[in-house]
Amino acid sequence: MNRFAELLDRLVLTPSRNGKLTLLTDYFRSVEDPDRGLALAAITGDLNIAAVKPAMLRALVVERMDPVLFGYSYDYVGDLAETVSLVWPQPQGHIPNHVPTLAEVVARLQAASRSDGPSVLARLLDDASISARFAIIKLVTGGLRIGVSARLAKQALADLGQVDVAEIEELWHGLAPPYAELFAWLEGRAEKPRSAALALFRPVMLSNAVDDNDLEKLDPADYAAEWKWDGIRVQAVCEGGVRRLYSRTGDDVSGAFPDLAAAMNFEAALDGELLVGDPREATGTFSDLQQRLNRKSVSPRIQQQYPAFMRCYDALQIDGEDLRALPFAERRKRLEAFVGTLDPSRFDLSPLVAFSDWETLERLRQAPPHPIIEGVMLKRWDSPYLAGRPKGPWFKWKRDPHTIDAVLMYAQRGHGKRSSFYSDYTFGVWSGPEGSEELVPVGKAYFGFTDEELREIDKYVRDNTIERFGPVRSVRADRRNGLVLEVAFEGLNRSTRHKSGVAMRFPRISRLRWDKPAAEADRIETLQALLDS
Amino acid sequence: MFKAMRASDLLKPRPEGLYCQPGDFFIDPVRPVGRALITHGHSDHARSGHRSVLATQETLDIMGLRYGEDFAGTTQAAALGQTIDINGVAVTFHPAGHVLGSAQICVEHGDMRIVASGDYKRQNDATCLPFEPIRCDVFITEATFGLPVFRHPPDHEEIARVLKSAAQFPERSHLIGAYALGKAQRVMRLLRDAGYDSPIYIHGALAKLSEYYQRQGIDLGTLEPATVESGSKADFAGAIVVGPPSAFADRWARRFPDPISCFASGWMRIRQRAKQGGVELPLIISDHADWDELIITITETGAEEIWVTHGREEALVRWCELEGIAARPLHLVGYEDEGD
Repeated sequence: MNRFAELLDRLVLTPSRNGKLTLLTDYFRSVEDPDRGLALAAITGDLNIAAVKPAMLRALVVERMDPVLFGYSYDYVGDLAETVSLVWPQPQGHIPNHVPTLAEVVARLQAASRSDGPSVLARLLDDASISARFAIIKLVTGGLRIGVSARLAKQALADLGQVDVAEIEELWHGLAPPYAELFAWLEGRAEKPRSAALALFRPVMLSNAVDDNDLEKLDPADYAAEWKWDGIRVQAVCEGGVRRLYSRTGDDVSGAFPDLAAAMNFEAALDGELLVGDPREATGTFSDLQQRLNRKSVSPRIQQQYPAFMRCYDALQIDGEDLRALPFAERRKRLEAFVGTLDPSRFDLSPLVAFSDWETLERLRQAPPHPIIEGVMLKRWDSPYLAGRPKGPWFKWKRDPHTIDAVLMYAQRGHGKRSSFYSDYTFGVWSGPEGSEELVPVGKAYFGFTDEELREIDKYVRDNTIERFGPVRSVRADRRNGLVLEVAFEGLNRSTRHKSGVAMRFPRISRLRWDKPAAEADRIETLQALLDS
Repeated sequence: MFKAMRASDLLKPRPEGLYCQPGDFFIDPVRPVGRALITHGHSDHARSGHRSVLATQETLDIMGLRYGEDFAGTTQAAALGQTIDINGVAVTFHPAGHVLGSAQICVEHGDMRIVASGDYKRQNDATCLPFEPIRCDVFITEATFGLPVFRHPPDHEEIARVLKSAAQFPERSHLIGAYALGKAQRVMRLLRDAGYDSPIYIHGALAKLSEYYQRQGIDLGTLEPATVESGSKADFAGAIVVGPPSAFADRWARRFPDPISCFASGWMRIRQRAKQGGVELPLIISDHADWDELIITITETGAEEIWVTHGREEALVRWCELEGIAARPLHLVGYEDEGD
């Protein structure tokens, strides 16, 4: 347990990727099974432990110490997990004679029922050092948040075994914690684990955003262009009668799209975008697609009203043949021929966009033929299908974001590094008849500004607070007073949850308009017009 | 218990510092005064320009090194455990375990005894004498780390983490930020005790004081200046360098290969503090008492009243209230936590 705790402590404070990789590979090399595999699962988010709510954690600690002293401590530290790990009083005369291993800790947590969970946790904390308490609390409150992605952890495994990370990603979904057979292979003690399971996920290929000067260095003749569909990236895999629809992170989403899954009667692994509608007639908007998202089960009515289909743009495997090493041009030919054999109401091809120079493509990008298109994709004709985000073969060139001028209404204190700053902003636009306008909140943003701007807004919030509710301050905002924020966003959805009836996608502060009077901020009609376009 | 004299008649806060009226002297005054009694050499406690200074010989030496020999009109060395009479007030210096030469000052008049402990710690430290708890009526305690979150681990465990990291990253150098007086020498001594016998590179600001420690018989091993003349970037690969924390943000630090910044301080207990300071390897090594040491010390002095100064007074006052000990914050101005 202590070595896992030490690893977390180091990772949290190590900014460089190479430094993190060294720490991870050293850990995997020096710690035995099954602890290292459980640590790996904790980092990749594959460890299942029933979550303990922050309120429960707080209740456990104030049963054991003066609540006033706890309050001073929590105010000072600002992070609940860390505060509890530090102040947790070891019972009088209690000297643990055994430091539990990570495997023991995990086993005890996994065996705990809902009712005895808190007392199991308390006993573990009694026996642990400060660092180990922090690690245990992180395990039970979910999400380590140590700045290490699953991908980086897999890279560390690849470094450990001197293999390509794609090999690990491809195996990954057929493996389970504590991954003893994976480590055995990486250490050269056993054969590579066989992907016994059928229809496994293949790690996807991702693109880089086009930067300012990228295009002038590229020859348009080297690249194919396609529309960039704003749906959900999916991978449809059928092998030996097993059908799986995966999200881009490898989660199996077949259950949410039974209509599409039912039409997957082929032997192939296809890459594409999940959209709704009938591809022969009309493609639905993002709002339509929303009707199918975040649902565990879907009613027949919804399936009929918003049928799911897949717009295919790559073929990774067809009839048992792995195509990933072939150039894109060749894969595309195979894909075109193959999609023609599929149910046309459920599968179609993402069309290529013809262009001869970047100016032509720029004009097309600015005026796409459908609202669910968010830009264009560029793919090198000669590029193989590579896992991850290699720089060069694939680019995404997105439409410029929308912007709107809104007025700051509420500010909330941030977390962690920003815990002493009001850094999360709710903003609104004007609504109602002339003469009695009111601000209606349309979104919330917590980034897009510099540290210096953060300090300025924080000061503004403190100087213009009219009411406080816990960590939230209501800020003076009327026709004459108020801070105007230029907010950029990627798109707009209808929302029944928000009073304004709209919800922004990916909003962020693009500029502070200290110069602009609050009364001149935008009106809700501006947003509604966007919604209908 | 009834006392003929009230504690506040013996010692009271004044803008200059803690003042003893019957003895007409100040303890650790922050402005120039006639007679100053000084607990230790950190610059917020030991200032120059007093007419006369009474302190341990080591503290007088350290003040001389920092301010020049004419830092006071006259000086007098206080021997530990020996009582000196100042205008009818009995004054005794006792070791405080904070840095070399640090002392608590016990002030006694009639039946009233007050101990002003200055800064202190209870962890062992090979570079200074250990703290001795003194029974008293009023104990004046610091509260730099006066919150239950501050729990300092054993210092040798922290040093072991640096040595482990140095083995993990042999191509990089480890820069340990440590205050020039006390902490820096303690860190070097801990490295030696852990078996590290390569030269330790030091920033120029540490040279005079480290030499003084060595002359006092505290073995710090081979120290070399961390100058560009003494080596190129590659020569510092794998090196351990000690310097004042302020130097690490400076151009000075650019001479080291891909340095890992470490900071030896009690503040490093709080992750966010380490993160904000860009510290990659926090070393929780403090010359101040942590929460557990503070409350053990308060108990051991048997004092009926506790005065709490510089730091997080409210939590310690709260703890005393819960224990039925009278306590109040003593609002002294001008003390920072230079020593940590």
